[in-house]
Amino acid sequence: MCLAIPGKIIEVSSLISDPSGHGSSWSPSSGLVEVAGVRRRIDLGLLEDDKPVPGDWVLIHVGFAMSKISEQDAADQMNTLRMLGEIDGAMQEVEGYGLEDVN
Amino acid sequence: MRFVDEFRSPELISKTAEEIRRLAGSERHYRMMEVCGGHTHAIYRFGLKDILPENIELIHGPGCPVCVLPMGRIDDGLALAQDPNVIFAAFGDMMRVPGTQGSPLEHKARGMDVRIVYSPSDALKLARLNPERHVIFFAIGFETTAPSTALTLMRAKAEGIRNFSVFCNHVTIIPAMRAILAAPDMRLEAFIGPGHVSTVIGCRPYEWIAKAEHKPIVVSGFEPLDILQSVVMLLRQLNAGEAKVENQYKRVVPWEGNASALKAMAEVFALRPHFEWRGMGFIPESALSLREEYAEWDTERRFTVPGIRVTDPKAAQCGEVLRGVLKPHQCKLFGRECTPERPVGALMVSSEGSCAAYYNYEHRKATAPSALTMIA
Repeated sequence: MCLAIPGKIIEVSSLISDPSGHGSSWSPSSGLVEVAGVRRRIDLGLLEDDKPVPGDWVLIHVGFAMSKISEQDAADQMNTLRMLGEIDGAMQEVEGYGLEDVN
Repeated sequence: MRFVDEFRSPELISKTAEEIRRLAGSERHYRMMEVCGGHTHAIYRFGLKDILPENIELIHGPGCPVCVLPMGRIDDGLALAQDPNVIFAAFGDMMRVPGTQGSPLEHKARGMDVRIVYSPSDALKLARLNPERHVIFFAIGFETTAPSTALTLMRAKAEGIRNFSVFCNHVTIIPAMRAILAAPDMRLEAFIGPGHVSTVIGCRPYEWIAKAEHKPIVVSGFEPLDILQSVVMLLRQLNAGEAKVENQYKRVVPWEGNASALKAMAEVFALRPHFEWRGMGFIPESALSLREEYAEWDTERRFTVPGIRVTDPKAAQCGEVLRGVLKPHQCKLFGRECTPERPVGALMVSSEGSCAAYYNYEHRKATAPSALTMIA
């Protein structure tokens, strides 16, 4: 749980639309990120003081961006996850954001 | 050798290992604790112990949230989820953790509505999608995870979602370090500080360790080079008789932490007077509960929680291992009654637990030298 997943911000928005048809829920800040080709919406609310913009890289923890990092650090972090044998778990986590592939 | 080319700066790793050998060249014995379970995992996985001289001993700390959660809390959460109206949502890490009547996954197999979520906000989403049911989110984690739970609760309150509550088991790292330092059998000299907890709390909360306890602490990243560089920084301090807080992981950890995250935590959480840590007993002000303003979203106020207390098996010596008094393999149950497949003690449960890490990786030593040994 201590390991964080690097992702690239693709889009920043303030509305999370709910595909289930239960309407939209407003979030002060959310964003679309890409992690190794997988795109998911994450919460950017913990970076209110230093808001990321599209093209920025962030470290993601349980679906929330925790800190901004450089592209090189993102690549290094991905490599660390791979070396730790955690890459499958990390991708499973990312793919599961938004309840996309579970339940 | 398969990892060698993949490490960042193998030549720098080699130089850093050489510097460690030079700095630790005396008769002195160095005992350092890596507080975070992520570091413990990395140390074993990368075979870092193999390249450190024998007089540097790494002790594995309590920074694995799954490991330190008392079994009674799992039983409590699962007892509430017996109600057919309840959906029990938890992170995947929790699913295999045994309660007295089995793990959440085993309860799911018996028909309980247990869902894996990868984010607290998805537990809230479950509540939105199931307005006729009540979703209990079983929250665990240190300061890395607590802000996300806090923000999710703020969203639930703002949206008026009332079929959602949090069974809060969030813990805080500083009181655990205080408890370790206060233990009578404590023999630690320095700390490798947690990386991602520190992105939230920053480096200032560690200052008392340097000032009052005169122990150096270096906040560290997770790559092999990060951890080795942190060991160099600690050795330099120890050899010079200094005790400072240093930040090796500056590329991710700001000295002051993450103000938004701390603000969200302060808005939602209060300190519990005391909380039980598996293997360590009750530690004062070491865990978080929901503030009165969030009572409506607090599982412990919405439901009658049984308050189950389960004594760890006497033979399991988790506490001694957590405090660094015993090595994992010195526990009487290690590798026999207690294995990653059938964990008895807390530290065997998660890959970040020191016993599981020791069990999974240490045997590699016997079969082949680690990649790092080859390049260092």
